[in-house]
Amino acid sequence: MCIAIPGKLVEKKEDDRGIVDMGGVKTEISLVFIPTVKEGDWIIIHTGFGLEIMSEQDALNMITLLHEAKNSADY
Amino acid sequence: MDLRSFRNPKLVRQVVKDLSEYRNEVKIMEVCGTHTMAIGKWGIRKLIPENIKLISGPGCPVCVTPSSVIDELINLEGVTIASFGDLLRLPGSIGNLEQARAKGLDVHTIYSPLEALELSKQKETLFVGIGFETTIPGIAYTISEAHRLKLTDFSVLSLGKLIAPALDALLSDKQIEIDGFILPGHVSVITGTDAYSFMPEKYRVGGVVTGFEPLDIVVGIQKLLGQMTRPQIINEYSRAVTKKGNQNAQAMIERIFEVSNAFWRGLGKIPSSGLIIRDEYSQFDASKKYGLMVESPEVSLAACQSAPASVSNVSANCRCGDILKGKIIPIECALFNSECTPDNPLGPCMVSSEGSCAAYYLYERGYQ
Ligand code: SF4
Repeated sequence: MCIAIPGKLVEKKEDDRGIVDMGGVKTEISLVFIPTVKEGDWIIIHTGFGLEIMSEQDALNMITLLHEAKNSADY
Repeated sequence: MDLRSFRNPKLVRQVVKDLSEYRNEVKIMEVCGTHTMAIGKWGIRKLIPENIKLISGPGCPVCVTPSSVIDELINLEGVTIASFGDLLRLPGSIGNLEQARAKGLDVHTIYSPLEALELSKQKETLFVGIGFETTIPGIAYTISEAHRLKLTDFSVLSLGKLIAPALDALLSDKQIEIDGFILPGHVSVITGTDAYSFMPEKYRVGGVVTGFEPLDIVVGIQKLLGQMTRPQIINEYSRAVTKKGNQNAQAMIERIFEVSNAFWRGLGKIPSSGLIIRDEYSQFDASKKYGLMVESPEVSLAACQSAPASVSNVSANCRCGDILKGKIIPIECALFNSECTPDNPLGPCMVSSEGSCAAYYLYERGYQ
């Protein structure tokens, strides 16, 4: 239940909200816990909230692995 | 580093080879359900030498939620219940929320607490706020939003639990011998590694915060073994976790909640391990609004073991409590994979997709 998933911030909106691209799916999330985040940054996301900013390399790494895990088992 | 290197079999094998040089018997507990699933999925228990035992602890919010919560919710009338999906199959003594929904109870599965807030603009909504530190900041923010918007039909049943006090309780139990911990990656994003500094200081037991890939886990074990004589907290997940954690999120938790004692199914009452909504926001406290008695010690402390099977979906022989404390592994429960399966879960450890019994069922049925 505590799994968090990476996404890329494509649009920073008002009121600490933003649109993230999570593997091609665009979703609006809250950025209230990471106010310094910039468009283009990668973040890790849990239950509709950005929890931390992370490097692109690490985010891509996580995405590849999560994607494979999802395809290979009920993970 | 190659994108796939966290799963590179050569690198993993090299680390495992190094592990075989360690001769002592050690017990290492992972406290995060996602780690439990990852260890099962990658077959790590079989991969590493036999003298290094990996056991699963209380790392799944659904598994530690007292069944009395479900009974209280099922008996509510005239309010919509919003919850994360995993909670729906948790058995109470008169069935689970999924069955109650089939009989007409208005239950919504949601992904974010903010969806519950939206729902409350149409109908009176109670959000069941389960989770550890990863999830709690979002719940706190949702309550602050309800306050700002002056909503009247929104409330939260605060069942959030804190991991560090649970580790403290496990370490202070003389019957439980654990030599080191694999600490939760995403909980630690919020808490930071400093939250665990009491472990080496007070108990001389170390821990490693690590990610969820095979290399993350075996390197974590290797680092743990390397510090047995001088225990410390090691951060092997620095790609997401810092020493201090996310302080904005911590401040939000602090603003909305105050720390309280809490009952953990299987573990009992743990001091300072729960959160209650502060008086200032009490209009959003579902336990006050609907007079819910979710922390009844008799029910919660009983865990699943003592509930009579005749009146409950929870088997009298379920040993979830011993599993959450790391005293036994799931295959040692007589009901595992016979009467108790994910399709017919008799206890909370089999209900949640991250429960220890569910993880063993999925990946390690043949492992002794
Ligand atoms: S296998 Fe089922 S009955 Fe046994 S401990 Fe696990 S959840 Fe309880």
